[in-house]
Amino acid sequence: MSELLAYPAQAPRRGAKRLGLSLSLGALLLLAYGLPYSQPLFAALFPDLARPVYLQEPMSVLMWQHIGLVLVSSSIAVIIATVAALATTSKTGLAFKPAMEMLAGMGQTFPPVAVLAVAVPAVGFGELPALIALSIFGVLPVLQATMAGLASVPPSVLDSARAMGMTPRQILTEVQMPLALPLWLAGVRTSVVVNIGTAAIASTVGAKTLGLPIIIGLSGFNTAYVLQGAMMVGLLAIAADLAFDELALALHGSANSGVDNQA
Amino acid sequence: MIIKFQNIRKSYGAQAAIADFNLEIQKGELLVLLGPSGSGKSTILKMINRMVSHDEGQIFFQGQEVNSFNVQDLRRRMGYAIQSVGLFPHRTVAQNIATVPKLLGWDSQRVQARVNELLTLLAMDPTQYANRYPHQLSGGQQQRVGVARALAADPDVLLMDEPFGALDPVTRAALQVALQQIQQSTGKTILFVTHDIDEAMLLATRIALLNQGRIVQLGTPLELLQHPANDFVVNFLGRADLGLQQLSLRSIAPYVIPIEGTPPTHVIAHSATVREAISCMATLHVSALCAVKEDGTLLGQVRAADLLENNHV
Repeated sequence: MSELLAYPAQAPRRGAKRLGLSLSLGALLLLAYGLPYSQPLFAALFPDLARPVYLQEPMSVLMWQHIGLVLVSSSIAVIIATVAALATTSKTGLAFKPAMEMLAGMGQTFPPVAVLAVAVPAVGFGELPALIALSIFGVLPVLQATMAGLASVPPSVLDSARAMGMTPRQILTEVQMPLALPLWLAGVRTSVVVNIGTAAIASTVGAKTLGLPIIIGLSGFNTAYVLQGAMMVGLLAIAADLAFDELALALHGSANSGVDNQA
Repeated sequence: MIIKFQNIRKSYGAQAAIADFNLEIQKGELLVLLGPSGSGKSTILKMINRMVSHDEGQIFFQGQEVNSFNVQDLRRRMGYAIQSVGLFPHRTVAQNIATVPKLLGWDSQRVQARVNELLTLLAMDPTQYANRYPHQLSGGQQQRVGVARALAADPDVLLMDEPFGALDPVTRAALQVALQQIQQSTGKTILFVTHDIDEAMLLATRIALLNQGRIVQLGTPLELLQHPANDFVVNFLGRADLGLQQLSLRSIAPYVIPIEGTPPTHVIAHSATVREAISCMATLHVSALCAVKEDGTLLGQVRAADLLENNHV
């Protein structure tokens, strides 16, 4: 299908998504910094609770720690996955491709909580098991997407690149990588959004994240805490997802890399 | 001689795909490798730029064995166009064409001038098409860009693997004419793989007819039609069409005779082929036509009987 035809239909959707991004970011910041001032609101909503607002740590501090944990673990994951996927394009790496494809496929069925649970006995409680678990779990979507992206390059394109005298390195950097970029970005997006959710669960092993109000709320029967923590995690995930959407659109507009045309 | 195959053998498993293959390609000729699928014609072509390796024998390019070249250097000296085109979808038309010149380190001004020159040569307006992406072009336009890309660095030889095979007949005919013009104006050596007999007859200076990895017959189109080496050649070229194929290779010019009595009612250009003249007569239900020059000057007449009976008037 012609992308020229697809664009006008996309334009209003794009505007809606931009609005969504601004709204979710606004709500996130309002909740993170304005929670201490919301005492009357939550007292009215939860009249049975003695302390209806989570004030043990400032929500903004938890948010930044949460974001930091996700940023570090996702960066590690993206680097490992990208290097591993690119390695499968080399002659020596090709042998590992089936094994990696199997691992990537298997990993998708593996619940993140299980990875977290396995990490604790190995390294103890705290930030470290969370970081390890999130890094490992974040690898899989990126690995799978990058390999799919590299595989989506039409054989005729690779053939002509070779026949024109491009070196294997030039083929990788100038043909395969740019064409795999949109799928790679989709993988990074999945990885980051899933990690934002999983980082909340990381509070159970002692990492200070936005999951903390949820855990404390659940164990102390304080539904207001659960709601406040869950709203923060949800808004953060939505904002991140919409931000990646913007990035993908910007990328599409500038590189115009569609593989769909090589019918 | 620009390319020479000497006792080439290529096996896939125990099966020999190519055996005892010898062929010399002269500078400036358009040699068509013709044959049914599986005859090894594509394999032969791809051995020249080492997309496929040969097991035994030697292939010389400009007097040197192809394996003695750095493989990238070798390929940059040869244009390559394939049926599926293989344009880079993330690059514009201009960037696609510039691929090999950029690899060779041309400065950007020279590259741009070359891109414009080639687009013009292939009848595509540079101002309109240079910055488009491949998916914004029709199939025929994509293949024009593919041919331009193959020609970009002014290669010594052009390797074409069924480049027009996926195009509709009208577009294919237009590109065949464009290729003929390019070959005539640049004198490029072209190796052209096809299974389309009409295409081979139209384009070739020489045809190598292949079957099961061997050359069955090598010669000009007319030689193949007039003196087919064996039954395979006759059958492949089309037993029933053999006569008509020959007629399409011959001009009516030698058959023009002075008009005696009433002149024929219809005219035909003296540059027409015998096949076109006979087709014209059959359509109009006449047995003779006036032959005229492009400017309309009457040259004489051609008669059906002469065209069909006489080989040489």
